[in-house]
Amino acid sequence: MLKRSIENLGNRTIQGVWRIGFATRFFLAMLLHSGTAFRRFGLTIREMYFTGVLSLIIILVSGLFVGMVLGLQGYETLQTYGSEEALGVLVALSLVRELGPVVAALLFASRAGSAITAEIGLMKATEQLSAMEMMAVDPIARVVAPRFWAGVISMPLLAALFSAMGIFGGYLVGVQLIGVDEGSFWSQMQSAVDFEQDILNGVIKSVVFGVAITTIALFEGYDAPPTAEGVSGATTRTVVTSSLAVLALDFVLTAFMFRGIN
Amino acid sequence: MNKTVLDLWVGLFVIAGIAALLFLALKVGSMSAVNTSDSYEVVARFENIGGLKPRAPVKSAGVVVGRVADIRFDNETYEAAVTLRVDKRYAFPKDTIAAIMTSGLLGEQYIGLEAGGDSAKLKDKDRVLITQDAVVLENLIGHFLYGKAQEGAPQ
Repeated sequence: MLKRSIENLGNRTIQGVWRIGFATRFFLAMLLHSGTAFRRFGLTIREMYFTGVLSLIIILVSGLFVGMVLGLQGYETLQTYGSEEALGVLVALSLVRELGPVVAALLFASRAGSAITAEIGLMKATEQLSAMEMMAVDPIARVVAPRFWAGVISMPLLAALFSAMGIFGGYLVGVQLIGVDEGSFWSQMQSAVDFEQDILNGVIKSVVFGVAITTIALFEGYDAPPTAEGVSGATTRTVVTSSLAVLALDFVLTAFMFRGIN
Repeated sequence: MNKTVLDLWVGLFVIAGIAALLFLALKVGSMSAVNTSDSYEVVARFENIGGLKPRAPVKSAGVVVGRVADIRFDNETYEAAVTLRVDKRYAFPKDTIAAIMTSGLLGEQYIGLEAGGDSAKLKDKDRVLITQDAVVLENLIGHFLYGKAQEGAPQ
């Protein structure tokens, strides 16, 4: 009994290390075969439609509501200190620095990441990937790399749209509904938000999240056992792993980027 | 390669994304990279800067004319050397007073420039000679209590 559980533990550890090694090799192969994704850019554009354009609705609507909630809650707290003009700063900084990239990435992982894993897992289960190899078409170059670059390009655009939409939502609630002064809302925001420190760092964050999410989603799909159960398990793992990766990476990146400021 | 409807949608998506980035850059944030080129730097020395931070505004008559670029401690004079980056459009006389002030009771601290009467103007890398330190609340209360105690003392 005890021996069995120790054996299991060892087996799992070895499998885990094995998978990490395979994932690294997979990532490098993907970068190496990226040429096709740019030479035949039509493939990448097609994937950008599925990962980017089809995620737009959920991103825009959630951004609007997150911004509106920030406006409401921020106003409640700020007005006790008599500084409701700082509402614009609060909404803009929290969206541009943290919420925009992170929440957009979480939505992207569950909306697009899971779809990528299921698609590739099914392609593998129905032996489409093997068929491609038979025809001397490298599936990594033809199937995986365009999806990777589509995700990496889409993610910062989606995060920027999320932040812009959230600031608009905060403006709607704060200025139009509650009646914070419009001039000080925008001017305080402009004097507090710095292009390099805040906006550019947010964009860098979202690019890193894009790389992490698409890599995890593609790898889980590629590595999925070719059964119905295997594909469903891989899809679940994609959402869980990439969400955790986004949150952990966000902490590390924030610690690096915003240490010197205030 | 044929043009498809997909291309149109992806094109719209990319344009919307770039428009959002531009909105963030221009409307939400201030492009700090742009206004660094046409400005000049002056140094002001303070004995106490209170809670002044880099990037705090430099105001004159309440109008923002620049930003605090750098704060360093001078180990020879034991003073704080504050570098102010002022917009080139605004020139100040040589005898301008730089004072550390607070916006509101608990607000952030900024540097106020009060123009003097000299006809010579401050140039790049010049030093602001007359400065006024930050008001430290504890010292203020200390002085007040000391004054009260003096009042009540028997002559």
